[in-house]
Amino acid sequence: MTDPASPLKKTPLNAVHRSSGAKMVDFGGWDMPVEYSGVLQEHKAVREGVGLFDVSHMGEILISGPQALELTQYVTTNDASKLRLGQAQYSAMLYGHGGFVDDILVHRVGDHEFFLCVNASNQDKDFDHILSAARERRFDAMVEAAGPRYAQLAIQGPRATEVLQKLTSSDLATVKRYHFTDGQVSGAEARIARTGYTGEDGWEIYIEPGEAERLWREILIAGREQGIVPCGLGARNTLRMESAMPLYGHEIHATLTPWEAGLDWIVKLDKGDFLGHDALVKQKEKGITRKLIGLEMNGRGIARDGYEVFVNGVAAGWVTSGGPAPALNKNIGMCYLPVHEAIPGRAIEVMVRGRAVEAVTVPIPFYKRAR
Amino acid sequence: MYPENYRYTKEHEWVHVESGTATVGITDHAQKELGDIVYVELPKIGAHVEQGKTFAVVESVKAASDIYAPVSGDVIAINDALTGAPETLNADAHNAGWIAKIKLSAPEEIDRLLSSTDYQTYLGAE
Repeated sequence: MTDPASPLKKTPLNAVHRSSGAKMVDFGGWDMPVEYSGVLQEHKAVREGVGLFDVSHMGEILISGPQALELTQYVTTNDASKLRLGQAQYSAMLYGHGGFVDDILVHRVGDHEFFLCVNASNQDKDFDHILSAARERRFDAMVEAAGPRYAQLAIQGPRATEVLQKLTSSDLATVKRYHFTDGQVSGAEARIARTGYTGEDGWEIYIEPGEAERLWREILIAGREQGIVPCGLGARNTLRMESAMPLYGHEIHATLTPWEAGLDWIVKLDKGDFLGHDALVKQKEKGITRKLIGLEMNGRGIARDGYEVFVNGVAAGWVTSGGPAPALNKNIGMCYLPVHEAIPGRAIEVMVRGRAVEAVTVPIPFYKRAR
Repeated sequence: MYPENYRYTKEHEWVHVESGTATVGITDHAQKELGDIVYVELPKIGAHVEQGKTFAVVESVKAASDIYAPVSGDVIAINDALTGAPETLNADAHNAGWIAKIKLSAPEEIDRLLSSTDYQTYLGAE
């Protein structure tokens, strides 16, 4: 947890958030905007138009050198060798026992250079984890904690491309989902990636911290016609939850594995050895006992992180994330349940302040954008 | 903004006493801090509530918050309209967003609540 004695960390946009009336919260030790105009309005803007997020708290780690690929492969579960230059992939870092260190995005920026975007509050831990793996295995590679070198803005929503295209000469139409291009946004050097954490089309741009404030303002001006709204972490959370994207500390953490979290698709067991490989093989042979599944509240009540889930009157699991799904007009959540119960259509109960509220298991994601 | 004839708590509830009955709700400051309110759990009519104890729950998109009874007594009316339209708490916290009416069992408790001026001073200092 955050040391109360240490001051909150700030992104380069902190003063902008404060002066424009954003509601600020302590988010894992960072002083971050939780909402601007309101979570519901911001959520809707991203689903129907476009929203702008400051996600400069996210960490960046650079792996480079002759054995950059080998090291990246060893510390991640997905197959980084499949990445072409300008391509990105969702991946995970695991401990030897198969539990999550973090979930990450791996970008191939060179033949021998990988750019990782990692969770804000995990960046020091992630860096140490990669560095010690590199030393232990004597990989000929460099690991750099590059967080302070980058600010990150997310422009998300069906009209995001339209807005960002006004500010860059890079042809965004040619950049496919989970690809990126190094170019300029409004004259500033930028890594422009078609990635996001909202379930919509959109972009995450990595820029120099000194350019963050100017670009924030210019993107808001450029997007006026499209009705762009600045958004906080509150909407970021409801958007990712509707899309059932995991959040570290909730759906995934050190004692949960990718099989349990339903992230089989980012694990490539036959790519060669990696941290957690053997534990995952073993767990696959044995079979998992619990699994992540979606839930929808039928009774009156909202599921929240940590609430108990009952099946046939017996405590069987727990809610990892929950709340209203603004685009669906339902109260939803995700939960871990015994594997034989973790199938859609099961009647369950969520314990809300000592009251059992009826719910049903449903497939995830809850929301999928039209393509 | 904060009616002179109401009393307030440091937990951001308001109380309006008329002939032994207190109408209670959450303050405008509270609704702003909570953000979009999406769910309200009201007390039951006839329930006895104790000053300072949880008697209702208000949930925003982000989280659930306990609401403490600003006075002790028996609940004689609840604002059922909030069940279907919890956003009323955002729109009109001090009037249409009232939560319950409580028949006071310890009227002297009122004297310990904050005046409008004191509450606003408290907000300024918080």
